[in-house]
Order: sequence, then structure tokens, then C-alpha cells
Amino acid sequence: MHKKYSKNAKQNILPGFNLSLGFTIFYLSLIVLIPLSAAFIKTTELSFSEFWAVVSAPRVVASYQLTFGASLIGALINAVFGLLTAWVLVRYTFPGKKIIDALVDLPFALPTAVAGIALTAVYAGNGWIGQWLEPLGIKVAFTPIGVIVALTFIGLPFVVRTVQPVLEDLEAETEEAAASLGANRWQTFTKIIFPAIWPALLTGFALAFARAIGEYGSVIFIAGNVPFVSEITPLIIITKLEQYEYASATAVAVVMLVISFLLLFAINGLQWWVNRRATALT
Amino acid sequence: MSIEIKNIRKNFGSFSALNDVSLDVPSGELVALLGPSGCGKTTLLRIIAGLETPDSGSIHFHGADATAQKVREREVGFVFQHYALFRHMTVFENVAFGLRVRPKETRPTDAEIKRRVHELLELVQLDWLADRYPPQLSGGQRQRIALARALAVEPKVLLLDEPFGALDAKVRKELRRWLRRLHDELHITSIFVTHDQEEALEVSDRVVVINKGQVEQIGSPQEVYDNPVSPFVYQFLGNVNQFHSQIHQGEANIGGVGLKINAHHDTKHSAGLAYVRPHDIEIHKVRNGEAPAFEAVIHYIHAIGPLVRLELQRADQEDLIEAELTQERFRELGLIQGQNVFVYPRNVRVFLNA
Amino acid sequence: MSISTTLPASQYSNYQNKVARSRATSEPVWVRWTLIAIVLLFLTLFLIVPLAAVFTEALRKGFDTYITALTDPDALSSIKLTLIAAAIAVPLNLVFGVAAAWAIAKFEFRGKSILITLIDLPFAVSPVIAGLIYVLIFGLQGWFGSTLLDHDIKVIFAIPGIVLATIFVTFPFVARELIPLMQAQGKEEEEAGLVLGASGWQILWRITLPNVKWGLLYGVILTNARAMGEFGAVSVVSGHIRGLTNTLPLHVEILYNEYNYAAAFAVASLLAILALVTLVLKSFVEWKVARDAQINEKS
Repeated sequence: MHKKYSKNAKQNILPGFNLSLGFTIFYLSLIVLIPLSAAFIKTTELSFSEFWAVVSAPRVVASYQLTFGASLIGALINAVFGLLTAWVLVRYTFPGKKIIDALVDLPFALPTAVAGIALTAVYAGNGWIGQWLEPLGIKVAFTPIGVIVALTFIGLPFVVRTVQPVLEDLEAETEEAAASLGANRWQTFTKIIFPAIWPALLTGFALAFARAIGEYGSVIFIAGNVPFVSEITPLIIITKLEQYEYASATAVAVVMLVISFLLLFAINGLQWWVNRRATALT
Repeated sequence: MSIEIKNIRKNFGSFSALNDVSLDVPSGELVALLGPSGCGKTTLLRIIAGLETPDSGSIHFHGADATAQKVREREVGFVFQHYALFRHMTVFENVAFGLRVRPKETRPTDAEIKRRVHELLELVQLDWLADRYPPQLSGGQRQRIALARALAVEPKVLLLDEPFGALDAKVRKELRRWLRRLHDELHITSIFVTHDQEEALEVSDRVVVINKGQVEQIGSPQEVYDNPVSPFVYQFLGNVNQFHSQIHQGEANIGGVGLKINAHHDTKHSAGLAYVRPHDIEIHKVRNGEAPAFEAVIHYIHAIGPLVRLELQRADQEDLIEAELTQERFRELGLIQGQNVFVYPRNVRVFLNA
Repeated sequence: MSISTTLPASQYSNYQNKVARSRATSEPVWVRWTLIAIVLLFLTLFLIVPLAAVFTEALRKGFDTYITALTDPDALSSIKLTLIAAAIAVPLNLVFGVAAAWAIAKFEFRGKSILITLIDLPFAVSPVIAGLIYVLIFGLQGWFGSTLLDHDIKVIFAIPGIVLATIFVTFPFVARELIPLMQAQGKEEEEAGLVLGASGWQILWRITLPNVKWGLLYGVILTNARAMGEFGAVSVVSGHIRGLTNTLPLHVEILYNEYNYAAAFAVASLLAILALVTLVLKSFVEWKVARDAQINEKS
């Protein structure tokens, strides 16, 4: 009874609120907010037409297409295989399952540069996997496909780890009920299980997508970085920086920042919705 | 130590949890705050402890204003509904916590702490669990450890939030008696919150019935049970039959039957609610002289246990009347389902409609 | 938004659900093994083969080359710099994470959900941009560029810049780990501590932190792994001065771009081992949390 109302309670008897919140906001401002605002302030050095000329230059636009396109495809691949992986890890037993489960987080723990050179070595024309693909006419390394491979790699944990807990919490009873009412396994999946997990799947997809858009380290080794073909937007920013074009580097960065912010808010909204659904269901 | 609570108000947003609550708790008493969930009783307890701040009003401990005092300074012992034992500490460390966090000057020595903790664990009869962790204990054991922990700091007041709420029925009864005995031994002013009327009536010296943020009635268990001051208290404390009635000069007219009520002598033609406890319903197979009675049919008989409960359907309307008889009386009457009987209510209590 | 980084409490609550499914709610054997095979193939192509490649490539030219690559003075200095950056970034973000989790999990206040979103920001920002913003502030042409130059302080293309970029990219991890854990534990134990006379610090040290110790540990492990492995952000602010401002991942890049593959993979294998250790520790922490949850549930 008390808990229900304490949500609205302004006064809370525990100490340390001012100190902890004060420090949180101070540190957040110092490390994140003020530096990020620098990017937006820096762009004001450009007039709008200059800004527009930078962010809509053909080479930059080509990089957006590659970055967003490859991120989208990578996230879709992860949505499909991530769901499968989560399903297999939750529902089935097989030898080495624990190890596989732990390895799913590898892309999160492995430094991106290491991932980059490893994927390049594996998918290059003479690499372990690349040598089998090349005779089929599929070139992976140093092409946009390489970018997709790298972005799939780094987004891999997200779908699995968002869907997995939801699948685990699904009650066997509802599926048994469906079966007792005459549903076959496929009907049970599409009508009972999938509706319960799709918000989590969507969240995982969005997380993988957002992560892929900003990715740099794992991509640049395998991409080949050919302008108009395999050059991602973060690399454009770096190239401009190396040429001391700070304002135009920042202009491109601001475009990416705005998109990232929008995605972040969308994802947080999604997660809020998922949690609310979860609590409403229990 | 006595506690005076004066005109406490507390709102959570637009919800009024406590609305002008005043209450005196004399030193050494064991008081129950009784009410349905959401009535504000836990909030009141937390305000006494200092875990919640009232919007207005004051709390006095032994005559001294404690409203502005911090929790740490109030010297209260608080037993949380879900015990709030420290999961990562042994039972011993849990009980010792209050002593260990004292400033150096007043902190007892380790040997003294050890002695005190074991003393308390013996008091709650759980000395043998000293090295266990809370998750390894049963609900009843946790409850007693929580109590020992609260007592370790030698509080002037002991506050218990639904102390038996999370326990199963049997353990609940045991612990109830045990708490009563403990209180008789220690004589520490204690307030506990409960929504269970049986618990409140059995354990406490005094019952404070709270409803919708307001005190409905304060009195000994006997008083509040026998003389409820409001329909709410009547209905909350035990089973009761409720009748719509017309009150006129000391008589309640219920569906054509006029019952003497020994009150409201000057009231004329007013609507009111009449209450009769099931055990105040007398049953006869034949009309018993001139006394007013309802005709009714026995709808259902529950004959399990020492009392027999009857559901009676009044002849004049659909309402059911509940009655309780002893097994002896039930056998004597030889009642069966579907039988026509006469119902004689005693001790009718009437509350005029507002 | 870093769901994948947290140990969701729910993940451990329903373990019974996982085992012993009835026949009615499981798939035919051939479906099961087909799905398992697909997943294993996918994970092999994307995870296991690349991981194996790191170690194979590292040892391709023999163990001596491997050791030489790791004991090269430039490699050693990059290890040292990486350790320094992590040693500063991890404790700072740890303190921040505890403070933020305390405020967010134990109190209600306006704008809380915005604050949580803002804490996630560094995770959503491209590492390249994370580096860029510090260049804009501390670089030669930046806000404080000339002031720093006057006092002969170097931030960009120097260690402070690397540390700042590292702090930025690892900013949310401890906080994100602790917030849901501390929220799930509620406030009752803290209130009990308060009634028993404990001060705020005593409550934090003796009650709150011991209760979230495994989550805290995992947050620190993860922060550390990301701090030591950060590439993009550090790459922007470092200036790639060999032996001076090269971290381990940057050293990998330099060696790789010099076509010194064996050495590049040798250094990379160090980082891969770090990642594997992180995963092992994570599994250990999860096991601990699951066990604690089970003990709590049984009683």
C-alpha cells in the first residue's frame, strides 16, 4: 500500500539525495553535455548554406547511404538470427550451450579494432571464409558487403540479449493452454509467443541499428574505404579532421548526432513501453 | 514512553492518506492500528517513525515535540512488513548492526555487542541461528530476527508494520501470542499495523480503527467490538447483518417488523441502517409469543466446527440473513435445509442515514 | 539503452520455466536440431572463426615473433598507456555510477527519465564524435586551445585527451548496471538501517553496496574492457605518436597498416584475451546472481 503512493512522495527520508544528484549532474555536464554542445556551437560558424553544402555533398551523401543501408541490413540479419539464437539458447539444450551463451557477448567485449582486423583476415580473398566465397564471385572484404559483415558482428549481442529474458519469462502454461485449445506449434509461435516478444525484438533491432550507425573501428579495416563505394560517415568525419576542416567535420557529426539522439529517444520510449507491457502482463 | 499524535495530515499528490489524525498512546501500551489496505495506517506508522514527513500536525514523544527530529534521533524500533533484513549479513550481524553503526564514543565493545546480541537472540529463541543468512530462514524466524534487530538499539517505542502479514495462518497465530507475551515482559510502548481484525482484537490493549485516512474509533478490543460507533466499524470488525430500516420513536421498522432498539427515542420517520451480529440472531421453529420476528427459510447450513452458520432467506425479500448457533442449539432445534423458521434479532444497533 | 550490458533480474527468476517443457510445448526433434545447427553456423561464421583467426594469425610466424611483438618497447609503452587510461577512467565512472544509481534508484524527482536517457547518450554517440568534441574544446583551434597553449598544457594528442575520450565512451556502464539492480531492491533495507541509527555513508557502505556487489563488479569489468579496447574516440584525440600516445588498439592499427600482420595480431590477441576474461567473469557474476536469487526464492 505504501509503495504505491511513495512514487509521488517528494520527501524521502534517505540521505544523500542532493549530493548524489548534484554530483551526477555535474559529472554528466562536464564529461558529456558541455562537450557535446561544443559540436552544435561549432557548427554555427558555418552559415546554413555552407552547412548544407557540407552535409549534402555527394561523397557525404554516399556515406550516409552506405552507413544507414549497411546498418539496416546488419540489424535485420541480427533480428532474424538473434531471435533464433535467443530461442535456441532458452528452449533447447545442446553440448557447449553455456559457452555459446557467453560468447554472444564477445562483440561487446572485444575491442573493435581487433574485431576489424580479425574479420578482414577471415573474409579477405585468401582468408578462411573468403577463399570459399571468392570462387562464387562474392567479394566481402573491401566492399560494402564487408561493411555489412562488420556491422552485423558488432550488433550481434543486442537482439539476443533483449529477446532472451522475455522468452525466459514467458510462461509455459500459456503455450500449454494454446496447445490444449488445438493450436499447432507454428500457430502457437505466431499467435502466442511472437506477439509477446516482438517489442523486445524491435528494441534489440533498434539498439543494433543505433550501435552500427556510429561504428568505426571494426569497419575501417574491412571496408576498403573507397569514396562513394565503401566509405562510412564516421570515416568522413575523421578525414575532414585530418585535413583540419573542423567546422565541416563537425557539421557532418551534428547530422549523425541528431539521428543518434532521435534513435536513443525512440529506443528509450520502446523500452519504457516494453517494461510497461511486461508489468501489465504479470 | 507515551506518544501523542496531533492533527496529522498527509497527502500523496491528490490522494489524502491521512486527514487530521490525532491519537494518544499511553506509555507501555500495545496498540493496533486497524483498517483496510490503503486506509493510511502504514503511513501513520511511518510518520511516527520519521520515515515519512507529515504535511501538517505534530508528533510528541513523552511530551516533547519530535516532529522535526530525524529518524536516527527518535530512538524507535521499526519492524518492516517484509522484515528488510540485510541479506548479505548473518543473523548475528543483522542484530548487531544498530550497535555497530553508533559513533565511536557510544559504541559498545565487541564483547559487549556479542553479549547483547546473544541475549536478544535468546529472547526471540533463535540463538542457534546466529550464523545463518536471512534467505536461509523461514518467514516466522525472519520476523523474530527483525524484532530482535529492532530491540537491539533499546528503542523507546516499537513500531511494527503488518508484523504477521506475510506468514501463513498457523505461524501467524503462534507469533501473535508470542508477541503479546513479549510485550508483557518488556512493556515497551508498541504500535502495530494490521488489516486483520482478529489479530488486532486478540493481541492489542487498544485498537485504533482507521478508515480513509481518518480515525473511526479508539477503544479496547471489547469496546470496539461490542459498541462500534459507525457502520464502517461494525462491518469491519466481524460479520454483521445489515438491514435497511425506518426509525421512529425508538423502534426500527424492517420490512414490516418493528424492533425495539433502545435508542433514537426522539427520532421520527428517518431512514437508517440496522446492524445485528450473526450470533445475536435467535432461531425458533414456531412463533415465540408477541416478540417481533422475521419469517424465513433456511437456505443453507454450514455445520463444520463449533458453530453452525445458517443462511436464511427472508420471506418478504431476497436478502439473506446470517445466523450462528452452537452445535448444541442446532441439534436441539433439529433444523434442516428448506425449513421455515422464525428469526429474532437481539442487540440491534441502528445508524441513521446521514 | 544498453540492455545487453545489464544483468536483467528477470533473466534469473524463471529458470524453472526453461527446464522440463512438456511435449506439447516443444518442437519435433528435427526442427530443434535444424535450428540449433543454423544458430551454430551463424555464430561460427561471425564469432568463433574471427576469434580463432586472431590467435592463429598471431602465432603464424611462431612463438618467438609473438613474444618479440609483445615486448617491443612501443608495444610496452602502449600497454602502459592503456592501463593508465583505464586506471583513471574506471574509478571515476565507478563513483559516478554509484552516485547516479543512488539518486535515480532511491529517490523520485522530476526529469528522472530524461536524466536516465542523458546517461545513455555516450552509448548512442559514435566514438569518432566522442573524440571530435574534445578536439573542439581542447584542440589548438578549440575553445581553450590558446589558453592551454599559453600554459604549455597538452590535452589533445596527449594522455589527458585519451583519458577524457575513454571516460566518455565508458560513461554509462556502471550506472546502467546498478540502476535496475538498486531499483529492484527497493528502499526498505536502507530505511531499516536508518531507523537503527546508521548514517548515510554507513548505509551506502554496509547495506547498499554489499547488496549490489556482483552487479557492481560486472559494471567495473565491462567498463574496464571497453576502456582498454576503445579505438575510434581515442584514435581521434591521440595523434598516434608511437611510444607516447598510442594505446593498445591504436598500436594494433599502426602495425596492421604497416603490413606487420603477425605483430598486429599478436598485440590484438592480448586484447582478445582481455575480452575472453571479461566474458568468463561475466558468466561467473551471472552464476552468482542466479544462485543468490535461487536461495532467496527457495526460502
